[in-house]
Amino acid sequence: MKHFARLCYASIRDLLPIFVVIALFQIIVLERPIQELFALSQGIAFVVLGLTLFVYGLELALFPIGEALAYALAERGSLSLLVAFAFLLGFGTTIAEPALIAVAGEASEAAAAAGAILPSTDAKSAYAVGLRVVVAVAVGTALVIGVLRIVLGWSLIKMIMGGYAIAVAITFLAPPETIGIAYDSGGVTTSTVTVPLVAAFGVGLASALGGRNPMTDGFGLIALASLTPMLFVMGYGMITAWL
Amino acid sequence: MALIIDTVATILNTGINVLPVALFLIVFQRLIHRQSNLKVGQLVVGFVFVVIGLGLFLAGLERGLFPLGRLMAEQLTAVSRGENADGLVFWYAYYWVFIFAFAVGFGTTVAEPSLLAVALKANEESGGAIHVWGLRVAVALGVAFGVALGCFRIVTGTPLHWYIIAGYVVLVIQTAFSPKLITALAYDTGGVTTSTVTVPLVAALGLGLAENVPGRDPLLDGFGLIAFASLFPIMSVLAYAQLTALWSRRSRRGSP
Repeated sequence: MKHFARLCYASIRDLLPIFVVIALFQIIVLERPIQELFALSQGIAFVVLGLTLFVYGLELALFPIGEALAYALAERGSLSLLVAFAFLLGFGTTIAEPALIAVAGEASEAAAAAGAILPSTDAKSAYAVGLRVVVAVAVGTALVIGVLRIVLGWSLIKMIMGGYAIAVAITFLAPPETIGIAYDSGGVTTSTVTVPLVAAFGVGLASALGGRNPMTDGFGLIALASLTPMLFVMGYGMITAWL
Repeated sequence: MALIIDTVATILNTGINVLPVALFLIVFQRLIHRQSNLKVGQLVVGFVFVVIGLGLFLAGLERGLFPLGRLMAEQLTAVSRGENADGLVFWYAYYWVFIFAFAVGFGTTVAEPSLLAVALKANEESGGAIHVWGLRVAVALGVAFGVALGCFRIVTGTPLHWYIIAGYVVLVIQTAFSPKLITALAYDTGGVTTSTVTVPLVAALGLGLAENVPGRDPLLDGFGLIAFASLFPIMSVLAYAQLTALWSRRSRRGSP
């Protein structure tokens, strides 16, 4: 119960700076009280409570299994198993990422409003789910590349530089309406669910392999996981436009 | 009543979303790691919490953070009308939007717990050369500048990729000259800074801005704030690392 109260405090602390800034602007710049204050604060209360329960559940179930699995697999040292696990870990955590669900929903609304897709509920949810699956495949692929990098000792800097160069090149070929969403999806994917599990996996892997520095080798998975979604979303946009 | 039905529907939907992840983890765990000390009851309770929590969070976003971000964009553009007879937009009329974006970016990042954890680790690894507060402020300034510049881009409607390309060119040059130990850390902070509550608010701010500034299209112009908020902290952290290296070299030279 004490633990739950601490998590609740953490969610409130996450939201506090947003409140302070918005309140200051409402009072000083806009000089008017927010209309529908009740409905908004109801929503905010849901956000706080939901985030608290979510993280509580993650710590109870998901994180212990994820970490135990990551260590067990890293110690076994079977590369094909590691690669399979890395892909599924990236895919699974990204599909469940709350920020991505939220942004994919907003993107489908914007696409429907712009006439890029039909404004029906079915078309919007198909668009949002499609976007999430593409991003999830991208993060899964990023973790596979990251695991190969840690095992085989490839240079992170070269891969990231190459990746960004490809991203820039693809930008000129991709349909304009996918570019903004693609660049944003890189930052959205790495959040509440993905970061702790992926970081545990990377550090566990680097320390189990030996001769690796957990600081420089364990990190870098997140960097790759924020890079590939850009490439995959723009690629997906190009394929659907071409078909 | 509508609120309850909505929330229950969202929770059920979330359950369908989370189920594959849960099944995958449990199956994998049974296959690989048989001697487990985790109780099945604990797992089930944990997943129930995850599903209810995520459902409440998403229902709350629809009623709380999304409308709030849109409302701020709407009200701040309303106090700063700035287009001439030809419909051209004077970007500097929207200065309150940029100040607000900067303040939200800075405030949410400085208080971000996962950033504090990274900063403590970096301080330890670097033997105290990287200060905890120095790194936090560097990252927060990066995010704040990123979100503000992203709003400037939405107001002016200039193409996103030119900013990103220019940013990457600067990054490549910085990376070539930066201390090796900090590089991986700098690239990871880009991903860490954008938290689960900041992302929806910032996304709604961008879309709201594109809806309210005349001549802007939400789908073409409304995105990109999160990309900037992940790109600029990498630059500011690398810049901070270079500055600390420079300072320590200078102080060593100054006191023989």
